[in-house]
Amino acid sequence: MTDVAVIGASMTQFGRREGEWILDLLAEAGEACLDDAGVAPDDVEHLYVSNMASGEFEGQTGVMNALAHDLGVIPAYSERVDQTSSSGGAGIYAAWQSVASGASDVTLLVGGEKMTHRSTAEATDVIASITHPVEYKHGLTLPSFAGLTARHYLERFDAPRESLAHVAVKNHENGTRNPHAQFRKEITLETALESPMVADPLRLYDFCPITDGSAALLFCPEDLAREYTDEYATVAGVAGATDTLVVHERADPTTMGGVVESGRQAYEMSGYGPEDVDVAELHDMFTILEFLQMEGLEFAEKGRAWEMAMDGETAMDGSLPVNTSGGLKSKGHPLGASGVAQGYEIYKQLIGDAGDRQVDADVGLACNVGGFGNCVITTVMEAAR
Amino acid sequence: MTMEAYRYADGSITYPGHPVGPDGSEPVGTVDLSEHTAEVVTWTTSHSTPPGVRSPNTLAIVEFDVDGTPVRAIGQVEGDVETGDTVRPVYVEELREPGAGIREPESQAWDGYRFEPVE
Repeated sequence: MTDVAVIGASMTQFGRREGEWILDLLAEAGEACLDDAGVAPDDVEHLYVSNMASGEFEGQTGVMNALAHDLGVIPAYSERVDQTSSSGGAGIYAAWQSVASGASDVTLLVGGEKMTHRSTAEATDVIASITHPVEYKHGLTLPSFAGLTARHYLERFDAPRESLAHVAVKNHENGTRNPHAQFRKEITLETALESPMVADPLRLYDFCPITDGSAALLFCPEDLAREYTDEYATVAGVAGATDTLVVHERADPTTMGGVVESGRQAYEMSGYGPEDVDVAELHDMFTILEFLQMEGLEFAEKGRAWEMAMDGETAMDGSLPVNTSGGLKSKGHPLGASGVAQGYEIYKQLIGDAGDRQVDADVGLACNVGGFGNCVITTVMEAAR
Repeated sequence: MTMEAYRYADGSITYPGHPVGPDGSEPVGTVDLSEHTAEVVTWTTSHSTPPGVRSPNTLAIVEFDVDGTPVRAIGQVEGDVETGDTVRPVYVEELREPGAGIREPESQAWDGYRFEPVE
């Protein structure tokens, strides 16, 4: 298989993008990514568009073809990748496959979602439509799964409620350094712990916001990368895995099988292990998910991730900086864009272009979670040697 | 009305049932969970509910013991519960208003069982 390089990246401002719709957002990120890499639209052979629900949110389908036309990449092969909130990670997997297999020499991946024109209740319902009929009729939502899991985790591992607030405080602090983040505002533990209850025991600041935004990455064979740039990263390992759709059927509510399996395979493919990872972007749609992924990816022992969070080990200056971008919590979570934006952050860290967020990193990992761990993609990237 | 779970060839039981069970074994029968009590594994009260859902909405994951075989289920709770409490299923004709949310009303059932603490 061909080694695959990431040679360009972009992301739009995340947040409420009044008057701009899915096609505007995708085109903005796609064009910026081609500019970043200095690649002409004519060179693009495959175009993947990560998007969960443009039809449901906006009544706009066929976004891959629309973007191909807008960017002038016709006749490139185009495909929309939907894997719910891990659509972005799944797009990285698809893009990697297209280049590694030799099917494409230049692949553009653009992820995006337009959500904020919908009320919180409507957006929550679109996302909850992934649930099984026996869950949906009871009004189960993704935030309620998080509340159920967080209570179980705190009770079983005797973890203090404040440990979750530490995740929110850290990711908000990191987000102040990210010019593209939806929220660039520090919060205190008290603010997080006294915010309105959403899904007991989780409060407002345990949840990511509803967001509009788009992000993009450009891939090519590593042996062609230097024709475009001296600054690139490579995809050292990437893998995806699933778990049960019905969340309560999992033997252990605190283990996301898709995280464990995709992580195991991505580590094996890359030749790296958890001890080699210098920086990680984890899918903190809810604060509790940062703990579950840290444990599933073996950065922490089972039931102990909360201690690392409270000890500051996952802070920017800790032993393993987690979510230097601000994470979904502060940066925002435009569903289809989030996994691509995780890749953007790791790429920027590895090429040394992360500005105020820069940490010392040669190997980075991104974990993108779909549903409540229903589908997961883990990607390990390394700096060009 | 029953709260129907599937029993598979390997002895395991799931709620809901699936065409293929854990470890690939086929369903060999059904079990009506509404005749059993269960223990609360964890619970939450959701204060931000989607269209057609009561607010607040207390939900629990519960575990039934069917002749020594554990079976978990999820659903709305009537009243207050704590982890470890014993609950029983109570039939409700409409758990959520059909058609208020995004899902096609005809595509699924809307009645079912809430869990109520056993005194």
